[in-house]
Amino acid sequence: MSALPEISSHAMARSRWRGGEIAFWVLVLACAFLFPSRYLIMTDILRLALFALSLDLILGYAGIVSLGHAAFFGVGAYCAGLLALHGIITEPVIALVAAGLVAMVLGFLTSFLVIRGVDLTRLMVTLGIALLLEALGERFSNITGGTDGLQGIEMAPILGLFAFDMFGKTGFFYSLIVLFLLFLLARRVVNSPFGLSLRAIKNNPLRASAIGVPVNRRLIAIYTLAAFYAGIAGALFTQTTALASLDVFAFEKSADLMLVLVLGGTGYLYGGLIGAVVFKMLQEFFSTITPQYWLFWIGLVLVVIVLVGRDRMHRWALWLPNLVIRKIAGRKAVVAVPESDAP
Amino acid sequence: MTTLFTILFDGVAYGMLLFVLACGLAVTLGLMNFVNLAHGAFAMTGGYVCAVLVNNSGWPFFAALPVAFVVSAVIGVALERTLYRHLYTRSHLDQVLFTIGLTFMSVASVDYIMGSSRIFIKLPAALEGQFDFFGVGIGRYRLMIIVICGLLTVGLQLILAKTRFGSRLRAAVDDPRAASGLGINVPQVFAFTFAFGCGLAGLGGALSAEILGLDPYFPLKFMIYFLIVVTVGGSSSITGPFLASLLLGIGDVAGKYYVPKMGPFVIYTIMIVILIWRPNGLFGRTAAR
Repeated sequence: MSALPEISSHAMARSRWRGGEIAFWVLVLACAFLFPSRYLIMTDILRLALFALSLDLILGYAGIVSLGHAAFFGVGAYCAGLLALHGIITEPVIALVAAGLVAMVLGFLTSFLVIRGVDLTRLMVTLGIALLLEALGERFSNITGGTDGLQGIEMAPILGLFAFDMFGKTGFFYSLIVLFLLFLLARRVVNSPFGLSLRAIKNNPLRASAIGVPVNRRLIAIYTLAAFYAGIAGALFTQTTALASLDVFAFEKSADLMLVLVLGGTGYLYGGLIGAVVFKMLQEFFSTITPQYWLFWIGLVLVVIVLVGRDRMHRWALWLPNLVIRKIAGRKAVVAVPESDAP
Repeated sequence: MTTLFTILFDGVAYGMLLFVLACGLAVTLGLMNFVNLAHGAFAMTGGYVCAVLVNNSGWPFFAALPVAFVVSAVIGVALERTLYRHLYTRSHLDQVLFTIGLTFMSVASVDYIMGSSRIFIKLPAALEGQFDFFGVGIGRYRLMIIVICGLLTVGLQLILAKTRFGSRLRAAVDDPRAASGLGINVPQVFAFTFAFGCGLAGLGGALSAEILGLDPYFPLKFMIYFLIVVTVGGSSSITGPFLASLLLGIGDVAGKYYVPKMGPFVIYTIMIVILIWRPNGLFGRTAAR
């Protein structure tokens, strides 16, 4: 009889802000003031984190394996670029939302293809959509600028108040605020009954539909939302770097993104954020050794991660923080171990 | 009318090539339910082995082809025994990540060893040029591809349907537990099949250098084509992927000839339409695992 209140109280307990989470965001904010000379790379990390968050929504929560998530990133990037270049919407925040919405529409339309069929079909469809968009971009090079990309994008000040500066300070805080707001939204979504039903679908679609979860509609909804997030990440990319080229659609981009998410761990929102930091650090490290053959090292990291086992890696990574928490606070560890994927 | 036949001929050659390249993947992906995105890397290996033998060591082209097959197959079986084997029971995400990793490593390694530019294989003079056949221009090289690939296809179908090994493989795929209960060494059958598929990919890679172009990014460029062949073709037999390859080949060649501006879109459109119509592939089993 008490099943329902128990579930809801459990869900409410999960959604409460914990000390660790607050500490995480304070740390992020502290970084902004600790390393004032490194705004550009930190902006890069924030953007990547938002993009990874978007993939986590569909991969970690709904279990859709996508090889072409860069499609939405690219659409967002080009939308923001074109809007600014032709002076249609000059105000960055509105342009950001507009770009996100365009990516969202695309996500909604393509979701019908994605929900059909099994994993294998999904791989092909997602990859195909990204390649199709890349080919379209090449075909209509008079609009997209072809392989050179969009040139001469000038961004207006944010809300008419804060102009983008050379050192990327405005861009950094702008990205941070956008990331935080969207993170709050994602947090609300995954802790809602909707989010719970997504997990049910991921664990066993058949059983989920048996208990009355409309599987396809839920998947369409989350896929559309993830496309919106990816579009925003793409638009942020264009706005903070004043660049948009066909690279944004490349397969390597989608694969990098999977690596980011896997490094951080799937199925919990901080995975993408932590993964982005680790990924950038790895990138810095490897590019000092062999800048040209970065692809080899990504590949090696992916292979090693899978062979060691993702669960085991995260247990190792969390061993020290958990130990510290146990020693200091004298209670059970609160640092969450990400959920493992159902085979 | 003659252009139509030429397009048809080129398309069939292209499709046959795709089939030889992808049919190993049809087995691992379709039958063994293992997502192997690194399949193109084996094809590339074969292509480069053939290129090095012919261009640098002066081997005759036809002697280099079997070597390309053997080298790819050996590398395939080595990887299967050491790495792939552990991943058969893992989630698709793990398999995707692992094989993407392998692909990236192969791309970077080949780039490092052989350089990033496109490589051509010196063909024997007998294979160059084309001849007229009732007014239809027939490329000698493409004709050879059709002959080789056609023989391979018939051979594969016979092996799968008539031999003892073929029935073991089908049994192992249908129900590994029951098959091993009957005394079939399932891991061995899988390893052998995997190696054979990789070898075929290597052979396909060697043959395709002339038509598809061989450079270190080959595995990434053609990944989508392999996936299309397998998903559209379904996994119940090798006839499905074979027809899908032909469809893809003819569609691509015809699309590039008649609507050159729309280039690759023809393929993607075909893919999307088929997928909406038959989500499990044209010839797929309805109960996909």
